[in-house]
Amino acid sequence: MSLPARLGTLLAAFLVVVGGAIFVVIHYLLGGPPTVDYAAGVTPDSGHVVKVYLQEDPQTTIGNRPDWVSYFIQDPKTHKWVHTTLFQVPAGSTIDVTILGYDGCTPLRNPYWGKVTGTTGNVEYVNGKATPVLNSWGQCSVGHTFSIPGIGLNVPVASPTTLAANNSLCSTSPCTSGPHTTVTFSFKSPTTAGSYFWQCRVPCGLGYLDGFGGPMQTIGYMTGQMEVVS
Amino acid sequence: MASVEAQASGSGQREPNHGMRIFIISLVLGVIFDALFWFLLSPHMPPGTMTSAAASEQFDINVLAAIAIPVMIFIFVYFGYALTVWRRRPGDDTDGPALHGNARVQTTWITVTSAIVLFLAGFGTYELIVPQGAGAGEGPAPIWTPPGAKLTVAQQIAPWTPGQVLVIQVIGQQWKFSYRYPQFGGFETSALVIPDHTWVQFDVTSIDVIHSFWAYQLGVKADANPGVDNVAFAKTDQLGKITVRCDELCGLWHGAMFDYGKVVPVSEFQSWASSSRVELASITKLLPPYATTYNPTVIPLFRLGPVVKKLGLFGAGGGYYPPQDPQQP
Repeated sequence: MSLPARLGTLLAAFLVVVGGAIFVVIHYLLGGPPTVDYAAGVTPDSGHVVKVYLQEDPQTTIGNRPDWVSYFIQDPKTHKWVHTTLFQVPAGSTIDVTILGYDGCTPLRNPYWGKVTGTTGNVEYVNGKATPVLNSWGQCSVGHTFSIPGIGLNVPVASPTTLAANNSLCSTSPCTSGPHTTVTFSFKSPTTAGSYFWQCRVPCGLGYLDGFGGPMQTIGYMTGQMEVVS
Repeated sequence: MASVEAQASGSGQREPNHGMRIFIISLVLGVIFDALFWFLLSPHMPPGTMTSAAASEQFDINVLAAIAIPVMIFIFVYFGYALTVWRRRPGDDTDGPALHGNARVQTTWITVTSAIVLFLAGFGTYELIVPQGAGAGEGPAPIWTPPGAKLTVAQQIAPWTPGQVLVIQVIGQQWKFSYRYPQFGGFETSALVIPDHTWVQFDVTSIDVIHSFWAYQLGVKADANPGVDNVAFAKTDQLGKITVRCDELCGLWHGAMFDYGKVVPVSEFQSWASSSRVELASITKLLPPYATTYNPTVIPLFRLGPVVKKLGLFGAGGGYYPPQDPQQP
């Protein structure tokens, strides 16, 4: 092989390796779900009220992603539902959260998490009714939870309660119709900026040991982060 | 050392006793550094003295360090002495003396190191037994228990009075520890509050994967295994804040699985426990009866609501999709 051919081969091989490395970094390491920004235009620590909208769906039917149960977050600008669990809120603000519970009921592994904590008044409002505790074993009442351990927040998200409703759940995500509950609650965002992870405490990783795999361990499905900005 | 002596005897010059020199230098430095360590550093060694278990661990660490310091100094002194005294001199191109064994040195080395290791084996065993397991999980049938340990459910749910062993059940779950107080009606809470000057019995378990309950300042560390009651003991001796961490890789947010507790005066603890019992009554009645372990994969039928049963949900085991699911990433 001539010298130019050798150099050409070497250069090509080098570019393939470097290109592969760049692809891996961008596609797998940096390519996470988007962050929905609820902090834009809001002055932190000014007592503003920020309204955050989420929904939890029985399955994901978007593209070639796993069809796991999943949360969606509404973009405040476009009002479109985004398949992500990352959102950003201003520090020191009142966060009014609305969660549309489209998924059916599942018993909590620990009924203790049926108690609402960390919200204003330690209650949530299920279809407008103040509710401090949900019994996930004795009643078909809890679909998932929205829990931020770092600030002591735990909200069991109510599910449709009847057999008929649970057998006719929304089948296309993001859900726009079908049986669901509307859960609202408020909490104060921390005055300290930082990342606060949140999770679901219902063992909803179906198909995995004790329901704790898949969506329960994957950001963008049943766990994510609340970024507090100051 | 032996070879140098051989060289010296061959040249007719009287060689100094290098071994004795090294020993004396090491001894003097060892005593100085041990004294400095014992009086200046040892009171501050982890994990402190908040409980009997923690104090015992601190003492063990200090003893190990006090033994290790002279050994380490001896090695450094020997190293430095060899570099200084036995270095090659300018203009000396001759071969070094032949190496021979030295039975006295070898015997001394083996004897001293064996004595240290055997002493530490005995010391370690003693220090595990005497402080009632030294804060480590002893499994469901602990051998080394304090007087009045509560080893049956009936004993654990009997009301608590100051001076008795306090039972706290630690429940690991992704990604949070919760605590049940069976002697106060079995309420469950996210807060770890402990009275001062009290023997505490931690019954550690998990309801999902393996976790590890590590209460740093208490000197308590016990694995939280599903279906296993892992018992550990500690007696509180000081008021203060406790940091609790999970010490077993348990999933995505393992690194964030930590919280804080506190040791408070007995009267304050009684007040807190009584008010928590009332405040948490609405959720306590929904909890399964207190037991040493829980299996939420199978929930007793009488506890399940009719709609839940009709949906085919008989536990919180996660269930399964049809065979083609779940689709993988």
